[in-house]
Parts: sequence; C-alpha cells; structure tokens
Amino acid sequence: MKRAAIAIAAPLAALVLPFVLMGAGRLVPAAPAMPMPDAAMTRGQQVFDKWCAPCHGRGPGHPGTQSLEVKYKGTIPAALEDRSDLSPEITRYFVRQGIALMPYFRKTEISDADLQALSAYLARQDEPSE
Amino acid sequence: MRLPHDVTPEMFDRALKGFRDAVGPEWVFTSDEDVALYRDAYSPFWDEPEERVASAAVAPANVEQVQACVRVANQTSLPVYPISTGKNLGYGGSAPALSGSCVLDLKRMDRVLDVDEANASVLVEPGVSYFDLYRAVRDAGAKLWVDCPDPGWGSPIGNALDRGGGYTRAQFRNHFDAHCGMEVVLPTGELMRTGMGAMPGARTWQQYKPGFGPWVDGLFSQSNFGVVTKMGFWMMPEPEACLIGRVYANRYEDLPALLRILTHLENSGIVNGMPGLGSPLLQRRVPADPQASDPYGATGIDQALQDAFYAGDDKARALIADRVKQTGRSCWNALVKFYGPEKLVRLQWEIAKEAFADIEGLRAGDPEFYGFPLSDEDLAKVHKPTFGIPSLSVFNFGIRTDHQPELAVGHQAFSPVIPRTGEAIFESNRLFAQVLKEEGLPVPPFHLPGCVWERAIMMITIFPVTRDAETNRKYRKAIQRLVVEAARRGWGEYRTPVIYQDLVMGTYSFGDHALRRFHETVKDALDPNGILSPGRYGIWPRRNRG
Repeated sequence: MKRAAIAIAAPLAALVLPFVLMGAGRLVPAAPAMPMPDAAMTRGQQVFDKWCAPCHGRGPGHPGTQSLEVKYKGTIPAALEDRSDLSPEITRYFVRQGIALMPYFRKTEISDADLQALSAYLARQDEPSE
Repeated sequence: MRLPHDVTPEMFDRALKGFRDAVGPEWVFTSDEDVALYRDAYSPFWDEPEERVASAAVAPANVEQVQACVRVANQTSLPVYPISTGKNLGYGGSAPALSGSCVLDLKRMDRVLDVDEANASVLVEPGVSYFDLYRAVRDAGAKLWVDCPDPGWGSPIGNALDRGGGYTRAQFRNHFDAHCGMEVVLPTGELMRTGMGAMPGARTWQQYKPGFGPWVDGLFSQSNFGVVTKMGFWMMPEPEACLIGRVYANRYEDLPALLRILTHLENSGIVNGMPGLGSPLLQRRVPADPQASDPYGATGIDQALQDAFYAGDDKARALIADRVKQTGRSCWNALVKFYGPEKLVRLQWEIAKEAFADIEGLRAGDPEFYGFPLSDEDLAKVHKPTFGIPSLSVFNFGIRTDHQPELAVGHQAFSPVIPRTGEAIFESNRLFAQVLKEEGLPVPPFHLPGCVWERAIMMITIFPVTRDAETNRKYRKAIQRLVVEAARRGWGEYRTPVIYQDLVMGTYSFGDHALRRFHETVKDALDPNGILSPGRYGIWPRRNRG
C-alpha cells in the first residue's frame, strides 16, 4: 500500500520554504507559535523525552543530533529542543513520514494528541513571523 | 488496498466490524495514511509490488481483547500479524509477512507487571520497550540491569521471540534463553501459560523455567504458533564492578589462536562479559567497545590494506606486517569484559592475560575499570548496553559524516552463524567479498564480529536499503546468493528479513526438509484456519501451501 501522494505533497510544501530560508541564513518559521498551557507543554516535553531524546537529545551519543551537527555546521542548533524554527507542520511531517534511518511513528506510539503536544513544545521558541 | 488471495472485501469488512467491537473503533486503523505507518520503513522492496503491506491494523489493550481479535480472525479468515513494538528494523519492522494481513499491534499492552529484585526477574507485556523496562526498574529502586540490544526502542518480548541478543553476561544477552515463563493466546483464542505458570496460583512462574512435561516455549520463538502476551525474564543483578581489558596481536596469522584462547576463557567462566574482536590496523573497532563511539564511516578506507586482509596470502601478510611496523598499530585486538566484585574481576583479568600470553609478542593494554552507578562523564561516552542501559546510539552508523555525506535510509542484515574459529572468519569474509564483487557491489570492510553467542560466531553484515529499486534489486540478489553460498559451507542464518525467510528456511533442509514439515504439522494443528502470521519465518499454513 503506497502512501497517498496528496498526503505527502502538502507537508512537503510546508517544509521547503523554511529550509530554503535557513540556507540563506534567515530563520523564519512557517507558522506563528501559539501560546500553550503549562499542562500541554509538560506533555509535549514528556513525549519528546520518551520518543525523541534518545536520538535528538543534547550532547554526545545522540545520532540525530550528531547528524544535524554535520548538516548545519553550527549555523543553527543541532539539538531539536534548541531550535526556534520548528513549526508544528515540520514536526508532524517528520514524525509521520520519517527521514533517513528514522522511521515514521505509528499512532499507537505517538498519538495525534501527543503529536500535537510535541509539535507545540518544539515550536515554543519559534519567533513570530513578520 | 491489498487483501490475501482468499479473503473477499466482504470478509474483510466483517473482520473490521468485529475488531471495532472488540477494541473500540478508535483502535482500528484503516485509512491509507494510518495503515502506511505499518510499512516496513527499511523494506528492501520499498514501493515495489512485492513489498509486504498490511490491509489494516488493530490495537488491543489487554489479553481479553487479543483473544477477541484472534476469534474474529478465525470467524472471518482474515490473517492477523502480531507485532510487539514493530522496531525490528532490518528484519521486517511492523509489516506482515503476507500482504493483506491485518497487523495486530500490541504496543498498547505496555505494562511492566512485576519487578522482583530479590529474584532478579521481571514480568512484562509485549508493548514494553527496553527504555520502558529500564525506567520501571529504576522507579522500583531495584539494582537490576536490563540486557538490551543496541536499539533500546525494541520490545524485550519481541526481541526474545526473534532470538535477538544483547551485551552483558551470556545467560542474559541470549534474550530467549533469559526468559522464564510465557502467557500465550493460541491461534484459536485459547489462553495458555507455560512453565510453572501452567499451575493456577503458581508462586514460581519467574523462578523455574520448564514446569512439567514438554518444554514448549521454543515453539513460540521465530514462529507463528501463538500471540505471546506476557513473558518473564531473568535480570542481571548490578555487579560491583566491570573491568574491560584489551589485548593486541601483531601477526595476521594470530587470529585463530586469539579466538581459541578467548573462547576457552569464556567457556571456562573467566571472561563473563561479551567479548569481541577488532583490528587497530584496519581501524576496525571492536563491536560494543565502550570507548569507541565514533560513527562508522568516520574514518577513510585503506583499500590496499583491506584487500590484503581479504587475500591473506604471503604477499598480503608481508604488506600487513609492513604496515604494522610503519603505523605501530596491531593487526588484531580482542576486548574482554568482566563483571563482578572488584577483587574478582582484577584477578580474572590477570588470569586472562596469562592465557593470552601464549601468543608470541602479545601485548595487554591498561584495563578500564568501572564502578556503579556510572559517573555522568562515563555515561556520556560509554557503550550503554554494555552496562545494561538502553540507547539508540547505534544509529550513528548511518548518519552523515565527512566520509559519508549521503544519509542511509535503511539497512538489511545478512547474519550467518559460523564456527567460532579464526579460520571461519577468514573464509566467510573471503566468500562475502567474492560474491559482492561478482554482483558488482562494493565490498564491505573486512568484518570482525562481536561474540554474542557463547559457542558460535554470528557474522552480521549490514547492507543498505535505498529508495532506488534497481539498487535494492542488486542487494537482494547478492543476499540471496550469500544465503545459498553460505549454506553450501554449512553456515545458516540466525534470523533474516521477512522477504528472505522462505529462502533461509529452505536451507535448513536435512531429511528432505523434515524440520519444515514438522513446523507445518504443528502449524496446521494449532492454527487450522491459518490466521496467525502466515509465512512468518517460512512457516505457511495449509491454506497458503496450495
């Protein structure tokens, strides 16, 4: 069963713009950060700690962070929690589509509600778009 | 959407209704978007017609719901394919062996039911990951180690049933051997417990493995005879200390003696952690070396040297000897680990060094010594599974490095079990190189194994999975040839990606495939409707055998 092409096309469009801008050295998130209640923020952090931190945590021993260090060469932070350009759309895309060796995550692993909390958590430092 | 050849859309619809009644509609996944999440992300048939794909997924929350789902499968003939955490990437992931099966996703069954520090055991459900178990053990304040494979997101039950391995003492790193007692939903929906668990009110389910009568637990590993819903495991008590020693041998021809001594030390109980072999000259680190966290591919390849290691003839040995002199790096090293009281591990290391000294010119390095809990500094750099700590650091083998700018998208493993001798390591490496050359593929670096199993070696060679169908075809062909050529030499796969399971089962053919016929007899008796994981590990029910 193939992924529906339409389902991929829209998130990809959301991805291209921020990545192009990052390449030019300007960090403009794709969507403005929304204020979130503390409980939702806590939940988002818990989801990150459980599902993302083993690869994307800060410091050595985290392959996702190591790989992004090589990719960005210090132009933007390699640890996801330090980023200020991860729109909820980007997070949702990578969690459900995967990238490289990182597989996509099923809804029994990261539910839609947890994904929403995670996306908001990673977007908490996003600067509002101008 | 694809369905098995003998399942109609009406039967499928009836099955979905039954599943929804059993688990609630929100836990039955049927949309293309949701079902795509059950694709094998590392499928060697990615996007090709032969890719194994599910028709739907159902996620029960408890044993009763598993039983209900299995009964629905029997009533409607729709096969179900249980997964624990679905993270055996490189061996099939969460996709079924038979396209059109409905994945029975057990991830929601994620309770650690018991942590017994005094008995050094746990009882878990299939959706529990190694990370979950580690947290539960720590939360319980129990000084027990979790023997885990490199990727910690897998399931202790799933990994044990696939007969995976870890890194600590032999009795724990053989994950299936470390289990004690199972609960199984049989293909008819009946619930069974094995070992002492078969006795109602038994107080020793996680204490005595066999129970009474035939010990049937092995039938549920690498098979499709039941859905394992609980499993007990014996755990390693935290040792007082761990000592890690390294010895270095300079001559190419030293490998057989190095391994022979190492094996004897392990079989004698002197070396009690997982040993491994490496080559400083090739800059080939020992698998699971706690002090070598550099990503694979971080150093370049010296092709002339690689070729010499493969060839091993007089000319090659002369080149290797010359490079040893030039670089000051040894040809081989062995890494040995000792767990136990400090006095004991230091003594074991002395005894090991005396044994290795039979090799002319052998040098022993200064040992590393660890006490517990590990310091933050050590924790940040060590190979965590060596110390019973789950991690995902292993995925650094596929990340970007300066020598490997392209990201890997997946891998598949060719993993034959060979004799535990240096001669077999040489011979198998040469065979792998020959086949890959003939298939027009890059020859991987000369391979040196970790010694997961006590009396055999598993030559795990990892091949890439790409998103290019032609490249994937080439690698599939090479692996198929490797399976056949290895079997001709008496080497068999210990585990394999789903797409090669028929081929591999076909190589275990003694007595005109007597073992496969036995599996089929058991399968037909336990699962007369052929609804549980048809094709898994090359075992097909009657309805699929034609």
